[in-house]
Amino acid sequence: MLKQAMKKIGFGLLLLLTAPLALAEFRWNFPEPVTPMALDTLHVHNKFMLIVAVIFVVVLAIMIYSLIKHRKSIGHQAVADKAPSTATEIFWTLIPFVILLVIDFVIMGIPAYHSVIMMEDTRNESDMVVKVTGSQWRWQYEYMGNTDKGSEDGLIDAKGIKFVSNLSTPQDQVNGTAPPVDTPDSPYLLDVDNRLVLPVGAKVRILMTSTDVLHNWWVPQFGSSRVAVPGFIRETWVQVDKAGTYRGQCKELCGKGHGYMPVVVDALPKEEYAAWVALKKNEINEQAAGADKEWTKDELMEQGKVVYEKNCAVCHQVTGAGLPPAFPALTGSKITTSPIFDANGKYLPDSHMDRVLNGVRVMPAWKAILNDSEIAAVITYERNALGNSVGDVIQPAQVKAARQ
Amino acid sequence: MSTTTVAHHDEYADHPNGIMRWLTTTNHKDIGTMYLTFSLIMFLVGGSMILGIRAELFQPGLQLMNPDFFNQLIGVHALIMIFAALMPAATGFANWMIPLQIGAPDMALPRLNNWGFWLLPPSAILLTLPFTLALFGIGDGALATGWTFYPPLSIQGGIGVDFAIFAVHLLGISSVLGSINIIVTLFNMRAPGMTLMKMPMFAWGWLITAFLLIATIPVLAGAVTMLLTDRHFGTHFFDAAGGGDPIMFQHLFWFFGHPEVYILLLPVWGFIPQILQTFSRKPMYGYKAQVYSLIAIGAMSIIVWAHHFFTAGMPVPALLYFMYSTMAISLPLAVLFFCWIKTMWRGSMSFETPMLFTVGWIILFGIGGLTGLVLADVAADAQYHNSYFVVAHFHYTLFAGGIMGIMAGVYYWLPKMTGHMYNEKLGQLHFWLTAISFNLTFIPQFFLGLAGMPRRIPDYALQFAEFNMISSISAFVLGLSQLIFVYNIISTARGGKKATDQVWEGAEGLEWTLSSPPPYHSFSEQPTVK
Repeated sequence: MLKQAMKKIGFGLLLLLTAPLALAEFRWNFPEPVTPMALDTLHVHNKFMLIVAVIFVVVLAIMIYSLIKHRKSIGHQAVADKAPSTATEIFWTLIPFVILLVIDFVIMGIPAYHSVIMMEDTRNESDMVVKVTGSQWRWQYEYMGNTDKGSEDGLIDAKGIKFVSNLSTPQDQVNGTAPPVDTPDSPYLLDVDNRLVLPVGAKVRILMTSTDVLHNWWVPQFGSSRVAVPGFIRETWVQVDKAGTYRGQCKELCGKGHGYMPVVVDALPKEEYAAWVALKKNEINEQAAGADKEWTKDELMEQGKVVYEKNCAVCHQVTGAGLPPAFPALTGSKITTSPIFDANGKYLPDSHMDRVLNGVRVMPAWKAILNDSEIAAVITYERNALGNSVGDVIQPAQVKAARQ
Repeated sequence: MSTTTVAHHDEYADHPNGIMRWLTTTNHKDIGTMYLTFSLIMFLVGGSMILGIRAELFQPGLQLMNPDFFNQLIGVHALIMIFAALMPAATGFANWMIPLQIGAPDMALPRLNNWGFWLLPPSAILLTLPFTLALFGIGDGALATGWTFYPPLSIQGGIGVDFAIFAVHLLGISSVLGSINIIVTLFNMRAPGMTLMKMPMFAWGWLITAFLLIATIPVLAGAVTMLLTDRHFGTHFFDAAGGGDPIMFQHLFWFFGHPEVYILLLPVWGFIPQILQTFSRKPMYGYKAQVYSLIAIGAMSIIVWAHHFFTAGMPVPALLYFMYSTMAISLPLAVLFFCWIKTMWRGSMSFETPMLFTVGWIILFGIGGLTGLVLADVAADAQYHNSYFVVAHFHYTLFAGGIMGIMAGVYYWLPKMTGHMYNEKLGQLHFWLTAISFNLTFIPQFFLGLAGMPRRIPDYALQFAEFNMISSISAFVLGLSQLIFVYNIISTARGGKKATDQVWEGAEGLEWTLSSPPPYHSFSEQPTVK
């Protein structure tokens, strides 16, 4: 009877202890791994944590025993440590040394070795290559195309698709003027306008670089984290084995927007991925066509507002007031109100066009990030809104010419 | 006034009084006191800065500050805590205790000692001035790059970065001067009969620290000077466009930065066994083993630097080398832990405040050390790196392992320094509040890191809200409980129960043979050691 009751209580306690762990695994340990690398990382982490926890508890127990039993207040007299014989000394030095050596370099060292080899194996068997570029404070993704293996596997080639991924949390929430709002589709600070889309099950080699400072592309559920170094290429790889949406953040302090640079990846089954690629390629063709046509001022203003709020408002503010001294106001600024083109129709150095295309100091060169129609639209918007009313209209064709 | 008041013209009257005593002093105890006071003030300044951070992180959303100001706070907090709080505290103890412990009348190079100290206040001003001015809307504030100055971010930064570079130069010169002084003192001024292997443990800890400082500070000085020339004179050391490499800075920085961790901890590892033997009433166990371990740790600390940037990109053999060499440090460190526990084992222990801090220190520093062992693993480090897991880990080593150790030392030696006993009840209260709130502040941060919260972000996703709130509340308790410490020190310095010469029942060593407080010139007759 008592035995059964004890069993029940014991079982209940066990449930009580494990339930929160099972329910909220996400909160107490690494989030659910979805790539081989993340899975491996989690195993290595769990194993190491267990080992150090055991060491800690054993040593702590010995110490606490001594603290309780060898107190002066209960009358314990200090026992002089006798000098041990040389043999004993060597024994007691060698034993812990060997134990630690085994723990460090065998139990922990060997799996760690294999993890490192696996993690750094970026080229073998990869299906496709994606280039990730960090910029203050957005990610740019470019599909570099399939490898031979990827094409053999029937993967649709996404070469040429290229886009920028910005934080999509509304600016008033980011600035703290509105309370943070979380929805399942768009968690606060962890959502972007354009997500990186990857096919499930394909090994994707990721090349990483940066246009300005160090960034670190990190998705916890992928287990991969690599610093993007300006002027250099770093590599890592991911192979997402489960369809879903995965979120992470920039992990290297990269200036004031460091906390606002999320990474969002959609892993889609191969067919859906193919559909996405087709859609995206279609979009690119349309944009190329759009660059050649003549736009009305209203069209430009409408698109310009969208582009401005997505890309420019972070630094220059939604109202154009700027964040002096690093980011001057656009309202009434010399740049946004003085002419762009000289008498021959060539754009002037240090003009509005020049600044947007080539950047200045901490402002990035947007010609690498935005297309012709977007740049034309945003310049038109900046000159005719935000308290400015210059009245001129910039066409994508003019931007295209200025690029050359 | 003009009447002769100095009936017994002894050494007490030999120095100027009032403010001039402190400005011109070359006395090791006066300079030690100034170091310790400076350190305490900067500890409070650095602490208030981080309370600003924790207030901002109390809940999601931006409430108190803009992200740039947030970045300034984290960078200046770290620089102040490391260079202006922890290092001067250790140097203060060195100045006070090394001559007393080795039976010397003073430090070997007293004028150098004076200069070493007076470099500190200007560098503290250089560190905090741009920040303070920014509070009043002048200038663009202090460095916003974190304490690590990584380029190219630090090349973008404003004049605050230059201020910090010059501050680091001054602090570095000060540390190197202090180190030279300590080495010369230890090699030349020991009492007859005190061989190196009879030297007190604290002296050993500092001897190794001093060599580490001299070996690494110039590298840091070189690195930040290269940064300065990159910023203003068109060099391209750290700019790929001119053939440089941003990662080279990380190598140079951490060649200093990793030994720096041990520079902060080795002096503490020196006096912890002394406190343990005092309150266990039993000589420390394994003196030689501890000395050799300290030397081994010091030597190994300068060959493992690159584990701070495993994710920055390195060839596989380099990754493996840095992983295995980092893990190897756990071997001598374990020897130290076992010696400490064996010292307590079958002793006759009592738990006055210094002992409480020491025992708490061993446990908490153990957590810091073991999580460090886990961090050495390259693959798992990809997850830990720059997440809150790392923040929690290094606060366990630097707050628990550094500052709580220093506090143990303060309570241990305060009666000797002032001649008065501190308030034991307040001391114990201070310990318990510190230990509990410290754990409640940083344990949640381990989980935050595992769940994926990066460090150095001013605002966070809502899933991290609860842990951050617990951490913030506890941080405020932790911060406020340090006021008890400050009050206790001040009231002890002003008066209170007289301390005996030996102070503690089990205390042994030359410093306990002098009166409390010791005479202005410590040993008028050189003691001999058998």
